[in-house]
Amino acid sequence: MGIILVLIAFILLVSLYLWSLYNSLITLKMRIKEAWSQIDVQLKRRTDLIPNLVSSVKGYVKHEKTVLENVTRARSALVKAETMADKAVANNQLSDALKSLFAVAESYPNLKANENFLQLQKELSDTEDKVAYARQFYNTAVLEYNTKIAVFPNVFLANSLGFKTEDFFQTEEEERKKVTVKFD
Amino acid sequence: MMSVYSQIEANKGKTWLIMVFFTLFIATVVFVLTKAIGGDGSWVFIAFLLSAFTSIVSYYWSDKIILTISGARQADRKRDFDLFTVTENVAIAAGLPKPAVYVIEDSALNAFATGRDPKHAAICVTRGLIEKLDRRELEGVVAHELSHIKNFDTRLMTIVAILVGMIAFLSDWFMRTLWWGGGRREDRNERGGLGAILLMVGIIFAILSPIIATIIQLAISRRREFLADASGVLLTRNPEGLASALEKLSNDHEVLEAASNATAHLYIVNPFKGKDFGAWFSGLFNTHPPISERIKILRSM
Repeated sequence: MGIILVLIAFILLVSLYLWSLYNSLITLKMRIKEAWSQIDVQLKRRTDLIPNLVSSVKGYVKHEKTVLENVTRARSALVKAETMADKAVANNQLSDALKSLFAVAESYPNLKANENFLQLQKELSDTEDKVAYARQFYNTAVLEYNTKIAVFPNVFLANSLGFKTEDFFQTEEEERKKVTVKFD
Repeated sequence: MMSVYSQIEANKGKTWLIMVFFTLFIATVVFVLTKAIGGDGSWVFIAFLLSAFTSIVSYYWSDKIILTISGARQADRKRDFDLFTVTENVAIAAGLPKPAVYVIEDSALNAFATGRDPKHAAICVTRGLIEKLDRRELEGVVAHELSHIKNFDTRLMTIVAILVGMIAFLSDWFMRTLWWGGGRREDRNERGGLGAILLMVGIIFAILSPIIATIIQLAISRRREFLADASGVLLTRNPEGLASALEKLSNDHEVLEAASNATAHLYIVNPFKGKDFGAWFSGLFNTHPPISERIKILRSM
């Protein structure tokens, strides 16, 4: 009799633990999903701003064709990117292309006085901030989730419940540093 | 992280306590008064209902009331681009809905947040702050304010501002009536009932004022400012932004006219700037830790 009671108590405890583990992991996964869609929204906003920027710059910087082409190419790469890793890479390339464009714009006083261009520049750098913050929130959520499924004793159960490690949204700081802008 | 969650629980608990205290306090004052002039008990019941109603209204409308008495107006995305977008960004970082953004047209440098929870919250800054701070500094200030919202500091601070502020206001008003009404009473021939009541209420409130101040100080621990600084930096990952913003704020010696004793504790820095502004009274309401100490901690992060 006593043994049965102990057994029932044990099973009850284990199922309670499983229940709460499962629910908290689902909650965390939802948060990751939501955080990812936030990144996506901001990336979309970014790609939407680029055509306006290109058309407002075109008339001023006729001799800097490659810079503009780089921006357009990076944009379409970002639009086409499907996986998270591809998007991260494409987004970094777009950041670099934009950086060179804005650096080039420095030597065109007329462009720098253009109200429309200034507004777009502000919007784009704000969107860059938004992407960075959305990425930070996403990575924090991923870290919390990955930690939770990797600690003892969850590590034995999370895998069999179908919870796998999620990827971080990486920025390649190293690649960014390589970009140098030349002034003629 | 543990301390943040216990802070949230403490804030929610203290909010209830303040609401109950306010209701009972008003009922008790009315009880004493009616006993003194020999009135019947129904007044106490009415007073109880009224003050309970006030508490509840304050709970749901506190943000609107505070914003209105501070003379704030809604920010415009085009006109206040940096403030508006920075608030969006910090909210993304915190994973919270974007709070409403308000501006006080005053050249003093200050900011506060209000609202009962993150879904009903507002951040309010002065025009001077927008003009004098760059984008990173503004971000630091907004992140500090958003942390107050996230930690539910704003729920407690706003309810304290309104309910305890109301008692402080009433006491102030009664004291003044007592003081200035002295001469006129002779003419109006009211030397009897009303004068006696006013005298009594005045004395009650005079005794109470320092007690009220103590309650505010107990409720609004200075620790919460440090906590909001730290969790704000956790959002922006840039302690220097807030540090240099606080430096600019401390170098600004302009008094913010929109602030009062009741709302002073809401602001990121003391809006009276240590000026002789009802000195003994605002001294009692000294709810802010020294800015130099906050900057030192931020710089060592």
